[in-house]
Amino acid sequence: MIRRLLVTACAALMTAAPVLAIDAEKAFEDPVLQARYEDIIEEVRCLKCQNQSIKDSNAFLASDLRREIRRLLEEGKTDTEIYDFLVERYGDFALYRPRLSGKTLVLWVAPAILLLGGAFLIARVVRRRMALPIDDEPLQE
Amino acid sequence: MSKYALPVGVLAGFIVLLYFLSVGLTRDPGELPSTYIDKQAPEFDLPSLMEEGQRVSNAVFADGPTLVNVWATWCVGCREEHPFLMQLADSNAIPIYGINWRDDRPTALRWLVQYGDPYVDSGFDGDGRVGIDWGVYGAPETFLVDSDGIVLHKHLGPLTASIWERDFVPLIETGGSR
Repeated sequence: MIRRLLVTACAALMTAAPVLAIDAEKAFEDPVLQARYEDIIEEVRCLKCQNQSIKDSNAFLASDLRREIRRLLEEGKTDTEIYDFLVERYGDFALYRPRLSGKTLVLWVAPAILLLGGAFLIARVVRRRMALPIDDEPLQE
Repeated sequence: MSKYALPVGVLAGFIVLLYFLSVGLTRDPGELPSTYIDKQAPEFDLPSLMEEGQRVSNAVFADGPTLVNVWATWCVGCREEHPFLMQLADSNAIPIYGINWRDDRPTALRWLVQYGDPYVDSGFDGDGRVGIDWGVYGAPETFLVDSDGIVLHKHLGPLTASIWERDFVPLIETGGSR
């Protein structure tokens, strides 16, 4: 009995989630367009509330940007064109995954360089120590 | 290879990294540079807030350096900078045009009557479309545009006399007359 109640409650909560979504706009009729829309708004930073995507934010700037993205999708723009539109106005920072360009090269490459550098150092130290005689056995007469 | 080459290299790399990180600490991540600096200001053409039938568009830049101030009645910072804008308008230093961003027309008109109107004119951007074209993300924002319609500077947040003297005046004296 209790179990059935719990299951019902969970099911109710799950179906309630879309109702609570920030984006109150009507979904696109075309599911492909809707899927693209949802992917894009998750990739775009709300500049006013920087640790939220415009999907998660109810700031009016976020809703304005969602509206613009909707309009661009309806006009048949490609994803790249839409991201270009945003970067042109707000800069690379508007995208959670900024594009690779001269300006963002360091951002993308630095972690790999640091990781490789660290791996190289560790390998070197380990190899050098391995060459040393093992001296952790107790000394014997 | 010298015995010290590697440790010295690692130390140098570490110091470079430390430098970048510490510079990063002094920056305000909330303050984004405009993507339009030294580029043509975005096209805009808005109905005038004040006078029916009038338009406020890029044509206003033709007469020389111009300030474009993005404001709204709901914006606390705009209220804060308002006395300085009044002062600036009184000194005839530069024409100030407003973009009344995501606002309500009657409220905006009342606001200007109550606190004074420093603007030659304001364009009414009720749905925020022009705001997006200008890369606006938080009012007040103030753009300095020269007579060729090139954006020379953008300031985010309330404008003050000291910021005006430091960031705007030198640009008007040099860049505005090229």
